[in-house]
Amino acid sequence: MSPAVEIADLRMTYGGKAAVNGLSLEVASHTITAVLGPNGAGKTTTLETCEGYRRPHEGSVRVLGLDPFADRKALMPRIGVMLQAGGAWSGVRADEMLRHVARLHARPLDTGLLMERLALHECGRTPYRRLSGGQQQRLGLAMALVGRPELVFVDEPTAGLDPQIRRTVWELLEELRGDGVTVVLTTHYLEEAERLADQVHILDKGRLVASGSPLELTRGGTVATIRLVVTQPFPPGAPQALADALGSSTELIVLDPLSLQVSGPADGSTLAVVSRWCEQHGVLPESLTLGQRNLEDVFLELTGRETGGVNG
Amino acid sequence: MTTGTFTPAPGAAPLPRQVLAQTAMEAKLMLRNGEQLLLAVVIPLIVLVGAVKGASRLDLQSQHTSVDVLAPGVLALAVMSTAFTSLAIATGFERRYGVLKRLGTAPLSRGALLGGKIGALLCVEVLQFLVIGTAGLMLGWSPSISVVGLLPTVLLGTAAFAGLGMLLAGTLRAEATLAAANLVYLLLMAGGAVVLPAEAYGGLGDVVSWLPSGALGEAMRAACEGSVPGRELAVLAAWALGGGVAAARWFKWE
Repeated sequence: MSPAVEIADLRMTYGGKAAVNGLSLEVASHTITAVLGPNGAGKTTTLETCEGYRRPHEGSVRVLGLDPFADRKALMPRIGVMLQAGGAWSGVRADEMLRHVARLHARPLDTGLLMERLALHECGRTPYRRLSGGQQQRLGLAMALVGRPELVFVDEPTAGLDPQIRRTVWELLEELRGDGVTVVLTTHYLEEAERLADQVHILDKGRLVASGSPLELTRGGTVATIRLVVTQPFPPGAPQALADALGSSTELIVLDPLSLQVSGPADGSTLAVVSRWCEQHGVLPESLTLGQRNLEDVFLELTGRETGGVNG
Repeated sequence: MTTGTFTPAPGAAPLPRQVLAQTAMEAKLMLRNGEQLLLAVVIPLIVLVGAVKGASRLDLQSQHTSVDVLAPGVLALAVMSTAFTSLAIATGFERRYGVLKRLGTAPLSRGALLGGKIGALLCVEVLQFLVIGTAGLMLGWSPSISVVGLLPTVLLGTAAFAGLGMLLAGTLRAEATLAAANLVYLLLMAGGAVVLPAEAYGGLGDVVSWLPSGALGEAMRAACEGSVPGRELAVLAAWALGGGVAAARWFKWE
């Protein structure tokens, strides 16, 4: 099956600064793909280029095999777009707005059903400007879905939602994939990407820094991670002693006074050093987690460290 | 093949249905908005009743203040308020709130959006003409309308002011549009030969009759007296063309 989105060597430059700097990636059909990155990584610019709002400065973008700018008329009915904010008249009622967008499509979904699925039925008669941020978000998602698109772009779909409604939205996005819709989402919540995405692309400074399934990204190859949580704050000097014992090929990060993380070569020796150190310094472990990094660790390694190094 | 709730079935509605939906939506929002209604109906009515009653109380028998002159002038004012001020303000805030961006992928083409806006303007204008016309008749207005003169006057007047309104809304920020659209409206109402005929402005009359406001006012007065105002229609057509081209060239969607 041909990819739903193909981005090849995309460059977007604003005021001499590259917002997107030679980005290439593909989105497979019928998957949920998450695009992650710190603020200013170029996520929204990339999405808006796929949505036909911006013309690529260099490189090419194909969405469902079409050029979003030149083939706009053919492409727009086939995609659904959820903007990060806004998109409705301030005085329009929520149900009125959704029905209006439905009328612009040939075979829309039942708007009542969609309102109910997104827990919007109770605020249907509320003017848009009086909706809470979370309600506006969900109405934005409803407007993206009502035309029964093949591909939806959702920008921060659960920002500011309470946990219960966030779960509802996740289930909805999974149902979309099950029904054959391709979902591309940007998110700040790594937990969201880890739970939902088949494929994750991590962007930083307009470039792709990692791609893969959450499992592939967190498996982490040859590096093992040990996370230690203790019952009492570490004795003075003890973390330094551990760092010295581990040697330079291993990295030690004190996360807070009660926990630290060790990343080093994936062999048994690191664990042995840590447990010996606990005994020597009278440190009582409360929990010791091995191996599995989560997406957040990967993300921080790929993006946080580098930005930290640039300071000054 | 299994079908679920969200199984894709994409497609845009046919263009006429989109234009109709957009027309209904925009007209509804315009009429629901108190400030817009004030501008569209209340202010013109106050001007009409105030000027006619005021003139008779002061016993001014000037030919410029009879209801036969004022009623068409107020109709012209109503067209100007809707096609220029209301449209500019509404569109300015649509840009600000991302409505145009949203509808662009909804998928509403620019042509359908403009069609909807024009449709909504005409709906509101019909309503204005009914209200103002009735008020005028009650005040003793006895028009002899030339339909051949009136229809192009309304259409070209609407087009001329709508082009300028879109130009304003598409190039300034929403707040600046709000201020400028109201200011221009007030200036043209006072000095633009809309309500009062151009000859009432003495030497300036020649100048103001080239303005879209003056041309619209003069055309409306002529059409309500049974003639077809050729020169004024040509002036309005020129403004419509210029405003339309400029708006198409400089309008920023975001």
